[in-house]
Amino acid sequence: MASADSENRPPEAIPQAVKIIVAGGFGAGKTTLVASVSEITPLSTEEVMTEASYGVDDLGGVEEKTTTTVALDFGRITINSDIVLYLFGAPGQNRFWFMWDELAEGALGAVVLADTRRLHTCFHAVDFFERRGVPFVVAVNRFDASVDYRQEEVREALDISDDVPIVMADARERDSCKEVLVELVTHVIQGRSPVMSG
Amino acid sequence: MNTSEEQRGTGWTGPAPGKSGTGPFPRRPAPPWNRGRGHPTSEGPSGGVGDAPAGSLVRPYTMTRGRTRPPTGQKLDMITIVVAARDREERALEPEYQAIMRLCRRPISLAEISARLDIPLTVVRVLLGDLVAAGDVRTRASAPVTRLPEKKVLQAVLDGIRRL
Repeated sequence: MASADSENRPPEAIPQAVKIIVAGGFGAGKTTLVASVSEITPLSTEEVMTEASYGVDDLGGVEEKTTTTVALDFGRITINSDIVLYLFGAPGQNRFWFMWDELAEGALGAVVLADTRRLHTCFHAVDFFERRGVPFVVAVNRFDASVDYRQEEVREALDISDDVPIVMADARERDSCKEVLVELVTHVIQGRSPVMSG
Repeated sequence: MNTSEEQRGTGWTGPAPGKSGTGPFPRRPAPPWNRGRGHPTSEGPSGGVGDAPAGSLVRPYTMTRGRTRPPTGQKLDMITIVVAARDREERALEPEYQAIMRLCRRPISLAEISARLDIPLTVVRVLLGDLVAAGDVRTRASAPVTRLPEKKVLQAVLDGIRRL
């Protein structure tokens, strides 16, 4: 395995991509947040999972295939000539969790968007990132109709530790979304081991 | 506005079941690790199976001649960056490959190729694998699974976001 620094540099440098996951329940504002900071209109791609299963009756190796399709929205921020940041909206429904494993692989961190009208819809995102050890922040998306909750109420309901930042946000506002991302990356940097300094 | 998810035809079909969530917050229940993660292979078909009509796959996988994985097991994930190799002669390629090559004149991620050509990620992965094997494109993989990005990368990302 090559280390990060000794990675074979091509003659013309290819930028390195990093990604942040934006998770939360359906309608919590994931795509809105991505759109607010992305330099491109968010794109949508599809992942298709195909699972083959063999029948027990002898049909000469006939396979039965089951498929699941999941759409992913994402945006892009060009950081500099060598780094591109992608923001992926994670599919909100439990049955698409297979996609989360792929999304979480190598992810820099995650934003869990909480909708205080339906806070339970982000429980499984919190569970997932805790279990995978993916650093995350909780962004409480303020909807017009939603009541203002105190950070501590949200922290208690989500049962997250004190070191996980909770920020109030408006997914429609670019500056607000920037703050959320700054909070996340700062949190990621602070969580790094001291030997990684420099 | 927050309607784009609602308008989507695939996947985002509704809120998770449960309490409607007004009033005092329900507390997060214990993590359901022992229930699997809804992956169709982990415990047989999950509730999500059958979401897409099976017939919709026939055409995409025709492009790959039935293959569902890249030829040499290359690591091609969603944010692998791909660029056309400059020193290659142009050669006759099938339309899907040509379309990918056009997009790769500048560095582009696998996910963007998939989105812009409207071809599922899985299929793009196979087609790109062919192009990598033939030397037509070069790639830069995202960070390995086991390692977080370097601190200098994180700092650059932080600075870049602040500049937005």
